[in-house]
Amino acid sequence: MNSWRNVWTITKRELGAYFMSPLAYVFIVIFLLLCGFFTFFVGGFFERQEASLVRPFFDWHPWFYLFLVPAVGMRLWAEERRVGTIELLLTMPITAWQAIVGKFLASWLFLALALVLTFPVVITVNYLGDPDNGVILTAYLGSWLMAGAYLAISCITSALTRSQVVSFIISLVVCLFLILAGFPPVINVLQQLDAPRLVDMVTSFSVMTHFEGFQKGVLDSRDILFFLSVIGFSLFTTSVILRTHRAG
Amino acid sequence: MIKVQNLAKVFGTKRAVDDVSFSVGRGEVLGFLGPNGAGKSTTIRMITGFLPPSGGTATVGGFDIVEEPIQARRLIGYLPENAPAYTDMTVHGFLKFTAEIRGLRGDARKKAVSRVVEMCFLEAVLHQSVETLSKGFRHRTCFAQSIIHDPDVLVLDEPTDGLDPNQKHEVRQLIRRMGEKKAIIFSTHILEEVDAVCSRAIIIDRGKIVANGTPQELRQKSEWAGAVTLRVKGVASSAVTAKLYQVPLVKRVTVVDDKGGHVTVRAFPKSGANGALAQAIGEAAHDWQIEQLQAEEGRLDEVFRSITMPDTAKEVAQ
Repeated sequence: MNSWRNVWTITKRELGAYFMSPLAYVFIVIFLLLCGFFTFFVGGFFERQEASLVRPFFDWHPWFYLFLVPAVGMRLWAEERRVGTIELLLTMPITAWQAIVGKFLASWLFLALALVLTFPVVITVNYLGDPDNGVILTAYLGSWLMAGAYLAISCITSALTRSQVVSFIISLVVCLFLILAGFPPVINVLQQLDAPRLVDMVTSFSVMTHFEGFQKGVLDSRDILFFLSVIGFSLFTTSVILRTHRAG
Repeated sequence: MIKVQNLAKVFGTKRAVDDVSFSVGRGEVLGFLGPNGAGKSTTIRMITGFLPPSGGTATVGGFDIVEEPIQARRLIGYLPENAPAYTDMTVHGFLKFTAEIRGLRGDARKKAVSRVVEMCFLEAVLHQSVETLSKGFRHRTCFAQSIIHDPDVLVLDEPTDGLDPNQKHEVRQLIRRMGEKKAIIFSTHILEEVDAVCSRAIIIDRGKIVANGTPQELRQKSEWAGAVTLRVKGVASSAVTAKLYQVPLVKRVTVVDDKGGHVTVRAFPKSGANGALAQAIGEAAHDWQIEQLQAEEGRLDEVFRSITMPDTAKEVAQ
């Protein structure tokens, strides 16, 4: 009970910090512009002649997040380290876990807000046709879980360094691997090796593979578990890094 | 309130803190002295729970800092070195946040915030972003954060660093006032501060405690403690030193100044002279024309140097 209070206190502060700086507004505007542009122009929303958001809208999310989520997560710990407030935060009567979870939740809620603000796309598709809103909702949930997985990885890289730029680049590379592991061209190459088990193993690590199900409107517990375990594992790694960094 | 036992910290192969033990009770202000890089901040960071110790333990209010860190940290107010504060918050927001994380809610939080705002003179900048504050104000903001829950134990790492003389004075007054009811540790390398504020001082060098006592006791360790400065007129300096060496309590005599017939010498006492040297010298010099006869108090800076310098000198020689 008390520990969730502490988590919430941290979350509130972090959320406040996002909106104190222009970063939050810039991020949201860029995200919405990208969504709109890719859905209606590149994604060929109108040419498809179908009331669905799966291909034109959600297909782009793994790629948007590749750049945008590390940008949201990069300051979480790197900034604390640079300014020295980490010493303040970790000597408060809270556990490191409460701080880690609080910070993660703040950024994740922020990403949720950005996602929610794409609602005009949903309205548009509902105005023009008769889409399956259940599928859209599932895909939104999947998209949010995927963003959480990226974000948790950004937490690790942010805890590793005091430079936000370094954190951004490393987490971008790691997230790129998570995408490419399920990217069709990569899978094709792997398939030529004639090792189906290897292909299965590699693709099972990809966010693409697991996001696919959500896009179809399927809530598979394995997919949910995948994203949640990436988040859990990454946050755990973050706590280990914070501890060992302090130990010198 | 604070009990430190055989605390040690090893970074790689370097022993930053080596077997440090001391305790601080309520109503005590402990000055933590030492040259830069002596291990002051490392010791403080272990006590506040930021760094895990490599060896030894510390307890705060009876709570072990490793076994029961949360309870121990609740009792501590901490001002880290360089006074960090969230730059993306206003002063008011920052204080509200720290009060909340210290478990203060609602009315209690409001009261706590307005109390420290008043104590640290922060009204003028209350709604300003921390980023835009001058160093003095940022320092005071972080200091306000450390006393917001009225802690029993206050740990301050160089609380007057980078402040102007007026602000230094204010902070010292504040520490002294609060020292009456709390246990306070503060680190510094400014010696005048020790005299102004501390009830006890520890000198630490290369991770080890090399002196521990009241400022008065430390001063006694000085060669200067009990030394006598004598200025006479119309006598040769050689005659003065020769005569003074005949005084049984005198260990060493140095000529400070010898100009225009005025001779100034300083006589250092043997151990156990206990301040009787001035009288003995006064008697020995009774047939000269004495212009000045002064017993010296010990000097802290000299004690500090004599304790911490030999090591540094050796290091340079290597």
